Amino acid sequence: MNLYYYAAPSTFYPLAGKLIPWFAALALILATLGLYISFFVAPTDFQQGEGYRIIFIHVPAAWMSMFIYVIMAFWSAIGLAWNTRLSFIMARALAPTGAMFTFVALWTGAFWGKPMWGAWWVWDARLTSELILFFLYVGYMALQAAIDDPLRADRAGSLLNLVGVINVPIIYFSVKWWNTLHQGSSVSLTRAPSMAHIMLWGMLIMALAAWMYTIAVALVRARSLVLERERQTDWARAQLEGQP
Amino acid sequence: MSMLNFLFTVIRRDVLLATRRRGDWLTAQFFFVMVVSMFPLGVGPEPGMLRTIGPGVVWVAALLATLLSLGRLFADDYRDGTLEQMLLSPYPNTLLALGKAIAHWIINGIPLLVIAPVLGIQFNLPAEALWILVLSLAIGTPILSLLGSIGAALTLGLRGGGVLITLLILPLYVPALIFGAGAVEGVLSGTGSEAHLSLLGAFLMMSLLLSPWVSAMALKVSVE
Repeated sequence: MNLYYYAAPSTFYPLAGKLIPWFAALALILATLGLYISFFVAPTDFQQGEGYRIIFIHVPAAWMSMFIYVIMAFWSAIGLAWNTRLSFIMARALAPTGAMFTFVALWTGAFWGKPMWGAWWVWDARLTSELILFFLYVGYMALQAAIDDPLRADRAGSLLNLVGVINVPIIYFSVKWWNTLHQGSSVSLTRAPSMAHIMLWGMLIMALAAWMYTIAVALVRARSLVLERERQTDWARAQLEGQP
Repeated sequence: MSMLNFLFTVIRRDVLLATRRRGDWLTAQFFFVMVVSMFPLGVGPEPGMLRTIGPGVVWVAALLATLLSLGRLFADDYRDGTLEQMLLSPYPNTLLALGKAIAHWIINGIPLLVIAPVLGIQFNLPAEALWILVLSLAIGTPILSLLGSIGAALTLGLRGGGVLITLLILPLYVPALIFGAGAVEGVLSGTGSEAHLSLLGAFLMMSLLLSPWVSAMALKVSVE
């Protein structure tokens, strides 16, 4: 079995079509299980009360926001190096989901911050770098949207993505030092009280659900991008006519 | 023509073109002055407050002024076809991109260094802070030109390129802003500015190494 076989759009399209329901089902099952654990099984935190349950959404979303940017960079690098069309499509298909998770992480973070810190927003290093990560996603998508020629859009987006991924650690550390110099340690996110095992499990299952969701959604998006770009080919025409 | 000669020719040509069109060139500098002057009107003339926000305001205005002038970095040459010919020349495109970025810094960065102390005085900054402000801008503005050249190359010939370049490049400027304004802040608060300036210098080295290379690739993508 040759893996490269599925790198061609005409073979990727039906494979993705077969895989999507499985990933979607896994995402649904895992999310149900994860939410059940987080709302009914996990005990109330003795310091933070019920409000801490936001982390079951917040932490997986924050993880995904960072992972997806790196995975996009991986596909971008492969696309630029080997000129594979599908790699660019994967990078492009992942971007909106990454931006969505970044936004969710910021939003749920604000909801968590209000009862815990008494403020919707503080200029903490993590919050600030997450916000800048959101800007990077927006820039990538804006660039893609502004270029009509798909060949150019792919390459330009990939270059921007790679420059961004080199910059993300620098941005993180610069913001961290900036933060510690400015306001001392008024708020610390890192004082993690030893977490009950069941809480950790809930979080991991939710993270896994987020992964499955991301794969399913990215494949759906990649499939429609493939079809849009290959619309002049015979197999794509056959696909389009086959549908009611 | 040697490589170095080629680099100098690119720089000289762009600087010469800018001196012949002073109106265009001055716009970004006046923009810089005006943006900085708006802040006291917005936040009030209290000297202590102005001293606190001064370094940050000057630095943010420098970022914006750079972005404003970046739109023209390659656009004029692209429109009349010169850029295509330059890319076809036997010299490495990386050198072309580097020369363009250096010329952009000479045209737009150096004037900012000259204007900045005057604006710093308006914001009640003490003399030693003014000196560090100029030094931080001297190290920082080349970064802005180098990273900005990537954005200019990527958005070449696109509709709404001016706003788009802001979205792409402003997040990448964050470290330069933090270290640059932080250096001046360090003088004001007495913690010193060496650490910030060293980090800014490191960021400059990295931008110098990677940016011309990436923007040369971006130019090829955009022109093809």
